[in-house]
Amino acid sequence: MIDNIQLLFDAPFLLLQVALDGILFGAIFAIAAYGMALVWGVMNVINIVQGEFVMLGGFITFQLTLWGINPFFGIPIAAAVLFVFGIALYYVVIRRVVDKDMFISLLATFGLSILLQQLMNQIWGGDVRTVQSGLSTWFLFDYTVTVGQIKVVAGVGALLLGLILIVFLKKSRLGQAIRATAQNPRAARVLGIDTDKVFAATYGINAALCGAAGALVVMAYSVHPYIGLPYTVRSFMIVIVAGLGNLPGVIMAGLGLGAAENFAAFILGAQFQVAFVFCLLVVILVVRNTLLRRQRKYLK
Amino acid sequence: MNGRGQLILGIVIVAAAIAAPLIFPAFRAQIAMLWIMVLFALTWDIMGGQTGYNTFGNIIFFGTGMYASAVLQRDGGLDYFPGLFLGMGLGAVIAVALAAVLGSMILRMRGHYFAIATLGLGIAAGELASGWGFIGAGSGMSPPIFPAAPDVSYIFFGYLFFGLALVSFIVLALVYRTRFGLALNAIRDNEDKAEALGLKTDLYKVAAWMLAALFLGLCGGAAGNMLGFIDPRDTAFAGATFGVWMVLMAILGGKGTLWGPVLGAFVFHVTQELFWTYLLGWQRVALGLIIVAIVVFFPQGILGWVRARWPERFGHRIETP
Repeated sequence: MIDNIQLLFDAPFLLLQVALDGILFGAIFAIAAYGMALVWGVMNVINIVQGEFVMLGGFITFQLTLWGINPFFGIPIAAAVLFVFGIALYYVVIRRVVDKDMFISLLATFGLSILLQQLMNQIWGGDVRTVQSGLSTWFLFDYTVTVGQIKVVAGVGALLLGLILIVFLKKSRLGQAIRATAQNPRAARVLGIDTDKVFAATYGINAALCGAAGALVVMAYSVHPYIGLPYTVRSFMIVIVAGLGNLPGVIMAGLGLGAAENFAAFILGAQFQVAFVFCLLVVILVVRNTLLRRQRKYLK
Repeated sequence: MNGRGQLILGIVIVAAAIAAPLIFPAFRAQIAMLWIMVLFALTWDIMGGQTGYNTFGNIIFFGTGMYASAVLQRDGGLDYFPGLFLGMGLGAVIAVALAAVLGSMILRMRGHYFAIATLGLGIAAGELASGWGFIGAGSGMSPPIFPAAPDVSYIFFGYLFFGLALVSFIVLALVYRTRFGLALNAIRDNEDKAEALGLKTDLYKVAAWMLAALFLGLCGGAAGNMLGFIDPRDTAFAGATFGVWMVLMAILGGKGTLWGPVLGAFVFHVTQELFWTYLLGWQRVALGLIIVAIVVFFPQGILGWVRARWPERFGHRIETP
């Protein structure tokens, strides 16, 4: 462990490599986190099934390449499929738990996540899947730093999606309705907004964002039926750190988390990366609670 | 149900439990497992039902007990039975200490933040255990083999787990009647008011979690020996199976009641044993569907439904207009 830290200081290019990889990975966490912040803020539901949506988007893209379709079409197609899936899921399950106690919705989405995990395992098998994007790799600084072009595309694509979401929420009619419902659902209903439809659209948009993220994940990294939960936990952490309704904050927190995680994986060893994510979650929650406890804001 | 009815029901269950492994020799392993499930549901309900703090992470105490006992048996150089019982004791001590430390850290969180923190703890524990070489890392540990035929071992463990479940049931039944139990219910109903009335709520919550950890640690210490192999993610810190089942069984039976978790554990375990083998490869799909169905359509549980249907049997007076 100490050797690894020493190595980072001895070889500045390695430091750059680890940081860059982490930040590019973090951009993808940010997309899933936008979705979670949206659903949490508007519907008051913590969506545990988030990570499985990401994996599902990845598997849909994988399936498309099996049919001989270029994986880049997977981004819009996965988003569209998951949008429909999300809306269907809303009307079947989520709708019935929206106005209940938060633990009920937490447990319901947790159940859905277990269900989807094994469903994906049955359909696509339990292997780690990845898709060749066909892009090459950049070698910088005399071949000491390598950057997969697809990772850059994924990172930029993630930020672009965030930008589109912000403009959509600010300008479009549906976006305004979503923000109004987030502020005060009852007043929104009085003013003639069909909050049920707004909730359905919000949940669909969340699923679509995750689907697009999944398409990027399968091209730049890999997917597996049972590794969705870390993505859920990452989004949750990002949202807690950034706060609800703070999209620029979500992006910054996402990039920071990606970098932190990559350094931890390098220093502690890759087998502890997931453990680091979950331990960090507990640490962040404890710190948040201590900070808020003095003001008694946790009561909200 | 009045006190006498409960006593008779208790005696019938105890008699059936003692006779069951002798009458149904083919199901000894399942019967032993059933008592573990009852204990899971009962201990989950201390926090989840009575105190209103839903946890996904009680499995860490079970896994800790399992590993502590296995390490003691491996390195202690003791005979089988002293090793087993000392191991259970050690597991319980470590689990209770862990509950005290973790509890004082995270039990100050409210509601869903606590639930998610425990979810994180449960998975982190599994990941850490599968990376730690001292306890066998990802390849797990094998506890010593029971010094008799496997058939006898299931009788022994069946009675052992039944004893544990019975003791925990009696302890909980007594605890829920004391001021301590009332304080837990006060925290569930309105924590701020309870605090304003002068209850040291943090202390009560940590103590309740330690009580749950005590039984889970004891149970885990013996369960490793019965199962014969400890896998970090699939038996010790099995969040996706045992960890979820305990929540589900307590809710199915009716959380916040004494008999509810027992009933839920019976129903769930029997259903699972009857149908699970036909669902090879689809068990988690079924589990997910069951969770969603119960949570969405039947959140009050069996006993909760019965109580709403016949309130007078539970001593609730009905206002007649």
